[in-house]
Amino acid sequence: MNETLLLRGGRIIDPAQGIDGTLDIQVVDGAVTKIGAGLEAMGRTIDVSGCIVTPGFIDLHTHLREPGFEQKGTIATETLAALRGGFTTICAMPNTNPAPDAADVLRSLRERIERDARVRVLPIGCVTRGRAGKELAELAELAAGGCVALSDDGNPVPNARLMRNAIELAAAMGMPISEHCDEPELSHGGSMNEGRVSERLGLLGQPEAAETSAIARNIALCEATGARLHIAHVTTARGLELVADAKRRGLAITCEVTPSHLFLTEEAVFGPGAEPAYDTNAKINPPLRTEADRRALVSGVNAGIIDAIATDHAPHAVEDKLCEFDDAAFGISCIETALATVTTLIERGELELGAAIRALTSGPAGVFPFPPDLGSLKTGARDITVIDPAHLWTVDPRRFASKGRNTPLGGFTLSGAVRAVVFDGTVAYEMEPAGA
Amino acid sequence: MTSPASPYLGPDEISRTVRRLAHEIVENNRGTDGLVLVGLLSRGYTLARRLAEAIREFENVAVPVGALDIGLYRDDVTRRPAPPPVRPSEIPVPIDDNTIVLVDDVLFTGRSIRAALDALLDYGRPARVRLAVLIDRGHRELPIRPDFVGKNIPTALIQKVQVRLHEVDGLDGVFVFGEEASHA
Amino acid sequence: MLELRNPDAPAVPGEATAWKRKDLLDTDTLSEAELHLIMETAEAMREVRARPVGKVATLRGFTVITLFYEQSTRTRASFEVAAKALGADVVNLTASGSSVEKGETLIDTVRTLEAIGADLVVMRHPKSGAPYLAARNTAAGIINGGDGTHAHPTQALLDLFTMRRHVGDLAGKKVTIVGDILHSRVARSNLWTLLASGADVTLCGPATLLPKTLAASTGEGARCTVTTRMEDAIEGADIVMALRMQKERQDRGLIPSLRQYIASYQVNSRRLALAKPGALVMHPGPMNEGIEIAPEVAHGLDSVIEEQVANGVAVRMAILYLMATGRHA
Repeated sequence: MNETLLLRGGRIIDPAQGIDGTLDIQVVDGAVTKIGAGLEAMGRTIDVSGCIVTPGFIDLHTHLREPGFEQKGTIATETLAALRGGFTTICAMPNTNPAPDAADVLRSLRERIERDARVRVLPIGCVTRGRAGKELAELAELAAGGCVALSDDGNPVPNARLMRNAIELAAAMGMPISEHCDEPELSHGGSMNEGRVSERLGLLGQPEAAETSAIARNIALCEATGARLHIAHVTTARGLELVADAKRRGLAITCEVTPSHLFLTEEAVFGPGAEPAYDTNAKINPPLRTEADRRALVSGVNAGIIDAIATDHAPHAVEDKLCEFDDAAFGISCIETALATVTTLIERGELELGAAIRALTSGPAGVFPFPPDLGSLKTGARDITVIDPAHLWTVDPRRFASKGRNTPLGGFTLSGAVRAVVFDGTVAYEMEPAGA
Repeated sequence: MTSPASPYLGPDEISRTVRRLAHEIVENNRGTDGLVLVGLLSRGYTLARRLAEAIREFENVAVPVGALDIGLYRDDVTRRPAPPPVRPSEIPVPIDDNTIVLVDDVLFTGRSIRAALDALLDYGRPARVRLAVLIDRGHRELPIRPDFVGKNIPTALIQKVQVRLHEVDGLDGVFVFGEEASHA
Repeated sequence: MLELRNPDAPAVPGEATAWKRKDLLDTDTLSEAELHLIMETAEAMREVRARPVGKVATLRGFTVITLFYEQSTRTRASFEVAAKALGADVVNLTASGSSVEKGETLIDTVRTLEAIGADLVVMRHPKSGAPYLAARNTAAGIINGGDGTHAHPTQALLDLFTMRRHVGDLAGKKVTIVGDILHSRVARSNLWTLLASGADVTLCGPATLLPKTLAASTGEGARCTVTTRMEDAIEGADIVMALRMQKERQDRGLIPSLRQYIASYQVNSRRLALAKPGALVMHPGPMNEGIEIAPEVAHGLDSVIEEQVANGVAVRMAILYLMATGRHA
């Protein structure tokens, strides 16, 4: 269904075109036709005054869990969650069972997506067969099957020579590798950041150096090959410096940060009380770091060094988290709170509005080889997200569309919510009016 | 709760009563041989020490004094929201074959004395156990009776009798709270 | 000797005397009043243990279950003796040979124990924080008998009790703990009670086994020093505590060899000569004599290691008593 709409009176921010102003936006037959002041109404008019109108968000890093882990999440539930979170394009990480490492698995995945997805889902293929880090996956089949990137997700490619080959081969096929930068020998067994809180709680930590040494290695491989590389979820100030330096030297490096690492620190594991909470919902890989790291990441978004805010949305079943901290699964279900954490940081004066919107739209649009017009409101664009930045709400995981209720933000009051989403030319989501 | 204007017994009366009790105890025991005073913490112990001091004055003998904490023997220990802290008991001599005089400030239901007997018997097998109290206010719930009584005060159940001793409370006095007690 | 309180004085004034916790998970949030209450109660329990019949019936009808997911001889036995000395019924469970081996979750296990009638569950678990998970999911009181590399509160409390009996007020006293501090639940729980008591705490060991940040997070005015230099650590100490050094640390490359550890960090008579004359020697046990501690020191005049074990029963009786009687608050 291609709708004809006028979104009237909102603040339109489209970093791709350098637009930021209180304007109307006209959609005809599902596609943006005009942005301007005092546009004449055609079709349905929605008053969005007080709201921010942006391109539909792009998430470079989502876990849909299907196939193989449907108790944690399905394509149907997690894409609905994405939609309600303002994301119209999401890139599905390959840590499923089976993992998309060849044409047949990919084909079956695309059929499921075709059937169940509520937003645009673009698959990320495996770097190595079965994500085992031994032999390369069928890269050409993955490229032909529409993968936008390659990654072994939570399993960093351990062998430097294999990684070098992968970067080179993938780049030649137009797919960057999205790498979880981690030196397993340093992080092995660690369930949170190594530092103040891990020492206090007697937990084995993952040191900063596990991330920075892997980033350094991968930058060196990127430099050696001249090929594109995407660094997934940077979490440390020092790691970000390495990326910034590589960018200054003109290397084809991009990077992302998660809303969780922008909003939370290692203290979330301890919790707010006098006694430690050992909050498994704050257990995430790479781990939540220090306040200094968090501030550096926020600055990195503002400065444009970080290309994208990517959720690393990781839904889990209740029993995956309701256990001893060391035994709990890594990950936060955050695609429905991502925007609100970002707008709350804007409200606090930490994140800059324009930079944050860029990191959700045009920034990620430039990272993977997406179809044209994604992440912009150019004529012909079909995805729009409307944000109500003043809407205060309290996070109640029981109301998530996601199967994953695993968030350390339950009970937090956040400022900002997704008011409406136009996906592929249709108003696919509208927030229920207050009191409804 | 405020103190009544005047104590039921004042410092001089307490002091005279303690001296009388000391004489009665020694008389009953036909001297001080094998006599051990064991006071319930806190005020029973304080009274026991005063009794020992009185005995020393007229007999020139130091009668051993023990302190007994009954916290671990109370029958309501797991019912009360927060029982008082338990403290170490101190029984300075073997009690086997001796005459033990348990000393407490107020005898009421008898439950404390029941607990004290249990506590005491964990230390051995005395020849006999006597009971000395400064005040008997009645309302026994167990078949326990005192051998030496400083003062009987008939009370109503809702009243509260409090013995204050200067070693603990900074002043000496026996106070009756609630409805006016009838001076018997 | 611990100064015997004036028996005429009220124990601790006011509300502070009441024990209000459902659980005892660590020493880090114990107030001064709570520490005082435990120490006072333990003093009474010590007196009970010294009687011809060192046993009372206070907790008859109470059920204490020890739930041990890790091997332990002394802690489990100490709790069992303590609970029986108070007249409680004791059931001992170990992970092997129980439903735990069949994959039952910790939460299901503690809920089952509660349903069986456990009033208190003494729990030892190899994972840091596990007792917190258990405590949140049962109405039974949870006593942490050691969790992973996190905390061992009853050990710290019996250590504090032993120190106070010998040294009295710990304010300004230098307490040195030597060994694998980073992985020691004993060191961590001791740190909180010692700092709360005003002691100067020195943590000493090889660099790879020392916490990097713990000293900085001990709070305003706390006096905690971390050093790799054994001679500095032990100089002028009033109390020296050696921790168990495990061969496994060598296997994991955290120390080059036990031989080198002995050469640098063993508490022996030559090093102890640097401490204050008569400095107390302590060890949480079980000892590797000849490794972290020299036999002549472990069994020397100033060693209170056996007394620690004896005091452990009294302190655990105190904790069981307080939790059993105060938990209705």
